[in-house]
Amino acid sequence: MGRRAVWSVVLLAVALVPALPLGVAQEYIWHVVIQIFLWSFVGNAWALMGRFGLVSLGHGAFLGVGAYATVLLWNFFGLTPWAGAAIAVLLTVLLALVVAYPCSRFQVVGHYFGLVTLAVGEVIRLLIVAERDWTGGSLGVSLKTAGTASGLWTLQFADKRVYYYIGMAVWLFGLWVWWRVDRSMTRAAMEAIGEDETAAASVGIHITRFKMGITALSAALTALGGALLALYVAYANPDTLAGIGVSLRIVFAVVLGGMYSLLGPSVGTALTIALSEYLRIYFGIKLIGIAETIYGLTLILFIIFLPSGIWGSLTGAWRRRAAAGPSRPAAA
Amino acid sequence: MIEPIFLLEAVINGILLGGVLALLALGLNLIFGVIDIVWIAYVDLVALCMYGVYFLVTLYGFPLWLAGIASIGLGALLGLAVHQLIITPILASPPINQLLATGGLLFFIQSFATLLWSTDHRSVRVTLPTIELGGIFISFTRLIAFVLAILAMIALYFFLTRTFTGTAIRAVSQDREAIALMGARPQRLYLVTSAVGGAMAGVAGALLIMQYAVHPYFGGAFGPLTFMICVLGGLGNMVGAFFAAFIMAQVISLGGVLVSTEMGYVIAFVIFIVLIFVRPGGIFARRA
Amino acid sequence: MLELHGVTAGYGAFTALWDVGLTVSAGEAVAVVGPNGAGKTTLLRAISGLIAPREGRVTFEGVELAGHPAYDIVAHGVAHVPEGRRLFPQLTVAENLKMGAYLPAARAHYHESLERVYTLFPVLADRRVQRAGSLSGGEQQMLALGRALMSRPKLILLDEPSMGLAPVMVLRLFDLIRRVREEGYTILVVEQNVRQVLKIVDRAYLLEVGRVKMEGRAADLAGQDFVRKAYVGL
Repeated sequence: MGRRAVWSVVLLAVALVPALPLGVAQEYIWHVVIQIFLWSFVGNAWALMGRFGLVSLGHGAFLGVGAYATVLLWNFFGLTPWAGAAIAVLLTVLLALVVAYPCSRFQVVGHYFGLVTLAVGEVIRLLIVAERDWTGGSLGVSLKTAGTASGLWTLQFADKRVYYYIGMAVWLFGLWVWWRVDRSMTRAAMEAIGEDETAAASVGIHITRFKMGITALSAALTALGGALLALYVAYANPDTLAGIGVSLRIVFAVVLGGMYSLLGPSVGTALTIALSEYLRIYFGIKLIGIAETIYGLTLILFIIFLPSGIWGSLTGAWRRRAAAGPSRPAAA
Repeated sequence: MIEPIFLLEAVINGILLGGVLALLALGLNLIFGVIDIVWIAYVDLVALCMYGVYFLVTLYGFPLWLAGIASIGLGALLGLAVHQLIITPILASPPINQLLATGGLLFFIQSFATLLWSTDHRSVRVTLPTIELGGIFISFTRLIAFVLAILAMIALYFFLTRTFTGTAIRAVSQDREAIALMGARPQRLYLVTSAVGGAMAGVAGALLIMQYAVHPYFGGAFGPLTFMICVLGGLGNMVGAFFAAFIMAQVISLGGVLVSTEMGYVIAFVIFIVLIFVRPGGIFARRA
Repeated sequence: MLELHGVTAGYGAFTALWDVGLTVSAGEAVAVVGPNGAGKTTLLRAISGLIAPREGRVTFEGVELAGHPAYDIVAHGVAHVPEGRRLFPQLTVAENLKMGAYLPAARAHYHESLERVYTLFPVLADRRVQRAGSLSGGEQQMLALGRALMSRPKLILLDEPSMGLAPVMVLRLFDLIRRVREEGYTILVVEQNVRQVLKIVDRAYLLEVGRVKMEGRAADLAGQDFVRKAYVGL
């Protein structure tokens, strides 16, 4: 009861942000929050796989396909992003299944899986750069403006606030999906698989189907996130939306927040984006790379000392405190 | 149709490239085979050694060969540092944590390098002739790098097979408890392994700076390629990695000549993905 | 030479040994027999340092060894031939033997020890470049024993040497153990094959459910019920 109330209040507060008179910086604040929404959504999608031991270091591939397919279909064929994104998601799921099927069938796990996904991520990035004639190569590609046709059909809006609410809706959708997976048989099955694949198979859990299902779901959501990100900033670039750099950044944010909890990825993403923006304002152009340097260092320290992330550790501590009952008076 | 002479040149260049790639792969594989952790940041350590050689030569006027030797030492030190500071605390953690820890290191090195030295490409000027053999042009620099890489690998081979420590390193990857019963400390063997892996990175760095420019994201270019080679040869399988390196180098070289440089890499990666599905343990799979 | 007093040891929450005491004098051959799960392997692991006893003392030539790590204990002269041999399967016979001499003190006499082992086990000399994993059961046991000898030990711990071997090999193996003993090594052997092992040792202990149930001279014990009932089904 209390929890639902808290949720409602928080969501209401978040939903009302665009209505607040935040002065000159309001567009900037909306921009940051939109980024947080969309990247949290992506992080959430990654965590769907990560929490079950399927550590993908190549989610940039799904982001990239999602983004580029949508943008290019619009730029070259005028195809509405609604259809474009749908096609992009489909393509990405296909890619994911092609990669996931042999991995699941042949028990490619752990380090191997990480490296295979890394390779897939790189292939996509290299392809994007190689086919520069229509992807723009490493310079990226801009979304052709819809001009007067801006609006719901073309998903291009002059008013940032529309993106704000789209972002929020999508973010909530992602949380809902996570929550549903958490409650479902899939979660129990995946955890059993994580513990002991052979035992799980022997009680009839269809290993391959579960792994592929989770991978496809994660890929689809990530592709959607990629499409929306590209639509929002109206630009796609192989280094910001594909490749090992962005893949690691996603993973880092999720780990920072905590991979096993509902809000972990969102908390982690919010923190990293906030940190990055703060550093950019503080240092300006002076110290390029300082944000990432701190990220890298923090990631290492967190993995060593706080593997369940900030949010995960906090919720873990609260849960333990609740289970311990009322505190006893200090012993004499 | 492409003239056969260009194909031959591509094949030869592929072999020369394969030598250095094999060196990279062996260093990474050594560490994985023994300690069972993949150093995602391995090629970034190589990049650091490349920077080391660059600065020694351009700022302090070291002759290249001396800077190369210093690079080996630097690599060994880096290997030791990474093992002590990052690897040892996470030896018992699940694989995801281990991957993320070394991934974090990659992040850190790349951005720290950007911070210190900006994204400028830096190269060491090596003025060596280009040899011509019947219409084929071979860079002498590449040839020397190839020869030195082969020598380094031979040295590694002798270390691993002829010395007590080297054999013990191979033994500890097969049975940790048993080697402890022989009086060897597994933890110390891991440390030596990391130092040797780092030293190999140092050699690779010295050889690579002769041919390529270094920049903070150098690891992004050669890293995935190295991992791919290791997985293809079978993670932990030294011989496998050796051959996989040459195979991949040929694909890249021929693909580069037949299609385009970038597509050469794409083809290589795609072949990798396909081969992984045909033989998930790597072409020369030995470890599960 | 070796003395155990009140040794209690186990794995995690499980205790395998309770208050075990035994002695082995220099030059002796002593056996520890008992049914499956009696704790015999745990006993040897507690001596060689693979696990640390929770309570009790393990004294070797006056030095307290309990709690020391394995790589330290072998330096004191205690060699452990583990259950299942635990050879390095990808290394050759020669390399396995080389590893046996890893200790600095053993390395100094490496060639001498190697000659001795090859004389004792000519089969190993024939197969010196063969991968240890490809040897037969009997050859593997010889290699494991030879590897232990390379460390120039004073005391050799043998864990179930006859396990998995054909009866003919078992006889040959125990003969070899007797010869090793004749070379002057002190031996503590853990075995399920009670009949055979009692023929080559001086004394024996019966271990059941982690406790010493009986002890005595081999000849005396040979007539006991438990031997006749034969704990092992060969």
